[in-house]
Amino acid sequence: MAEKIATRESYGAALVELAEKYDFVVMDADLAEATKTVKFKKAYPERFFDCGIAEGNMMSVAAGIATTGKTVFASSFAMFAAGRAFEQVRNSIGYPHLNVKIGATHAGITVGEDGATHQCNEDIALMRTIPGMTIVNPADAVEAKAAVEAALNTNGPFYLRFGRFAVPVINDTPDYKFELGKGRCLVDGSDVTIVATGLMVSMALEAAETLAQEGIRARVINIHTIKPIDAEIITKAAKETGAIVTAEEHNIIGGLGSAVAEVVGENAPVPVVRVGMKDTYGHSGTVPALLEQYGLTPAAIVDAAKKSIALKK
Amino acid sequence: MEQSKLELLRDAARKIRIGIIEGTHAAKSGHPGGSLSITDILTYLYFAEMKVDPANPRDPNRDRFVLSKGHCAPALYATLANRGFFPVEELTTLRKIGSRLQGHPDMTLTPGVDMSAGSLGLGISSAAGMALAAKIDGKDYRVYTVVGDGESEEGQVWEACMFAAHYQLDNLCVIIDWNGLQIDGPVAEVMDPTPHDKKLEAFGFHVISIDGHDFDAIEKAFAEAKTVKGKPTAIIAKTVKGKGVSFMENQVSWHGSAPNDEQYAAALAELNA
Repeated sequence: MAEKIATRESYGAALVELAEKYDFVVMDADLAEATKTVKFKKAYPERFFDCGIAEGNMMSVAAGIATTGKTVFASSFAMFAAGRAFEQVRNSIGYPHLNVKIGATHAGITVGEDGATHQCNEDIALMRTIPGMTIVNPADAVEAKAAVEAALNTNGPFYLRFGRFAVPVINDTPDYKFELGKGRCLVDGSDVTIVATGLMVSMALEAAETLAQEGIRARVINIHTIKPIDAEIITKAAKETGAIVTAEEHNIIGGLGSAVAEVVGENAPVPVVRVGMKDTYGHSGTVPALLEQYGLTPAAIVDAAKKSIALKK
Repeated sequence: MEQSKLELLRDAARKIRIGIIEGTHAAKSGHPGGSLSITDILTYLYFAEMKVDPANPRDPNRDRFVLSKGHCAPALYATLANRGFFPVEELTTLRKIGSRLQGHPDMTLTPGVDMSAGSLGLGISSAAGMALAAKIDGKDYRVYTVVGDGESEEGQVWEACMFAAHYQLDNLCVIIDWNGLQIDGPVAEVMDPTPHDKKLEAFGFHVISIDGHDFDAIEKAFAEAKTVKGKPTAIIAKTVKGKGVSFMENQVSWHGSAPNDEQYAAALAELNA
């Protein structure tokens, strides 16, 4: 059984680990204990600035700091970073293409008991429409840390999506390499391709095993960078396997599923079946109960794979 | 104030007002009313107060300016052009396809523009961010921002004020352009944000109230702001919307409409008199 770590933990740890190598400051909006920027706050108090519960102001302040040449991490929950502060992210950060890295934690329904008001299933859709925005949704703690460093090495606005819930570490292998904008083929297969992101990647691996037992060879691709999306690996998969499934902890509208469907539709039209939040709000509950309730499970991916294969011409 | 300085400022302000009229007339749109109300403040900032160098507009040690009420970009552009950041002739490209002079300020296009702003309430926050950056870096540059009286109805303005006071940004100077009119009518009727002085004091600002067209008063206010330690300063500038063009003064209809050819000629005749 793989070790389980929440990607937000890795975010906080990465900020501390990278603090000497890179020059940046960190802002939060009274959620440092939850976003885990508190680790950086304790280690580098002179480089940490709390904005209080005013996320819109935080984003425009971060933009102002960035105009002076500094890199800024601005952190909050995804609901407030991408939702509440959308317009500030768009106009203050995106439009002038400033070096603000948005560290958005508590994305998706794995927020759990806090319920629908705090479960953001729309952030990828919102951020994807901002020109010049890079979006990374890491699958595990290893990838989360790599994503933070990639953000520091990338000029311009950057949206990092982290989760509250501990998820299996799947990338702690010697050959792991994070390449921004590049999908990673984790399992090869020729009957169908499962394109997954975030915590759904480990479930996609489980689904592929189940499918293999039934004689269905599923390819599994981890898309950590949702924008710019790796059109090459998706197009190749569409051509070679002829059927696609997407899996994400996000509304099936506007997120990974949409991004993949756009690529497939324009380059190699084949069936695309989307697993995700089916245009609905979340609910209070334990994470396992919520994942079951909303069909974010290996079993749901297996069903979607069979449906996608059945739709092949 | 010395007479020579006063004359220099008056002449610059007159040219800037002409630039506003030229630009909005050529664009057939734009916001002349609020541009004319902030002209004397911008004139003083760029011609007498701020450390800026048109030859080196990105000097890391320069003073900064954010036009939070970004729809009054015609005033900022005319000020920057007359200060030498780019040719005055370019002012008539305002709002046209291919121009560096967007409807609202774009820091990536226009030399001398320190921040893209204009969606109301956002610019003051960015100005506070710049002021905080100066503190982090131990630099002594100052940051100025002009906020509209109507703009102060935006909640983010007050979030920014809270932030600026909390971090003791005494290098930040917020100017409220109190011209009393917004698109839908008098500010007092649409959504009264007053009293600005008491509110800003309560938010932790040092507050100075002046006539925003009196260069002596503007000079004294900026000098006083520099002596304040440990808190930001707000200058509440009582101004006249449309100031300098008689038929535009105190007329809400000139908030967001451009002069036609006849009005353009009349305005220029008045400003050139």
